[in-house]
Amino acid sequence: MSVKLNTRQIGDVTVIDAAGRITLGEGSTAFREAIKDLVAKGQKKILLNLAEISYIDSSGIGEMVSGFTSVSNAGGQLKLLNLTKRVQDLLQITKLYTVFEVFDDEAVALSSFQG
Amino acid sequence: MPDLVIVDESLESTLDSVDQAEVRVTQAAESMGFPEEDTFRFGYAVREAMVNAVVHGNRYSANKHVRLLVIRQGPALEVRIADQGDGFRPDQQCDPLAEENLLNQSGRGLTLIRAFTDEFQVGPTEPRGTLARLVKRLPPAGSSDTSAPVGGEFPGGSL
Repeated sequence: MSVKLNTRQIGDVTVIDAAGRITLGEGSTAFREAIKDLVAKGQKKILLNLAEISYIDSSGIGEMVSGFTSVSNAGGQLKLLNLTKRVQDLLQITKLYTVFEVFDDEAVALSSFQG
Repeated sequence: MPDLVIVDESLESTLDSVDQAEVRVTQAAESMGFPEEDTFRFGYAVREAMVNAVVHGNRYSANKHVRLLVIRQGPALEVRIADQGDGFRPDQQCDPLAEENLLNQSGRGLTLIRAFTDEFQVGPTEPRGTLARLVKRLPPAGSSDTSAPVGGEFPGGSL
C-alpha cells in the first residue's frame, strides 16, 4: 500500500492522518501535494499523525523536511504526532528530532499551537 | 562454509526493481534467521542503495541495468549493487548531520545505510558506474543487537 492521507480540522489546526508507506514515487508525491495544497489554502497549523505509517524512506523523510520548511516559510508550524519506534529511530539517526516538535498525545499537540 | 550466491540478477532501472531487491534481500535474511528488526534494517539499507543506483546512477535509463548480487558468507549476508552511471564519490557529498544541512531535502540515504549495516562501502568502479557493498551479520546467539556500523569508500573492485 502506498500512503493514504486523511485530513481533519480541529479548530484552526489541520490534522493529517497518514497511513501506509511514504517512499520515493507515488507515496512521497502524494505527501508533497497534500502539504502544498494546505499551504496554498492558508492552513498554517498542521499536525502530522504518523501512527499508521509503516515505512518512510529517505525520500519520504526529505518530503517531511521540505513540508516543514514550506509551512515555516509561510509563517506556520508543522508538528509530528504518534511516531512508531522505527520512525523515531529514523529521526534520531538523521538528527531530525532536533528539527521537529514531536508529540505522543493529540490533545497536548493541539494545545501546543500558538495563536 | 563456502559462499552461496542466493541472487544474481540484472534489473531494470525502475522503482519496481527497488521493490524487488528489497523483497529478495528480506527473504534471504529471513531464511538465514535474522531477527525481525535486523531484517527490516538491512532491507531498508538495500532499498536506499538501490534507489541510489536506479535514480542517481542510471537515472532511470532504459539502456542501463542494475546488477544485484546477494551472497551468504557463513553468518553474514552480503549484497552488492552495481549501476552503470557516471560513478559516485561519497567524499564529495555534504554531511547531512551538520546543523546547516539538517533542512536539506535530500542526502540522508548513505547515513541511513551506514546505520543499518555492519559494513558498507561505495564508490566508482571500472569500467564505469558505482558499486555498493553492504554486509549484515547474524547476531551471536543470545545477543539482541548488532555491532556498530563500519563505513567507508569502496576501494575499487567489481562484481
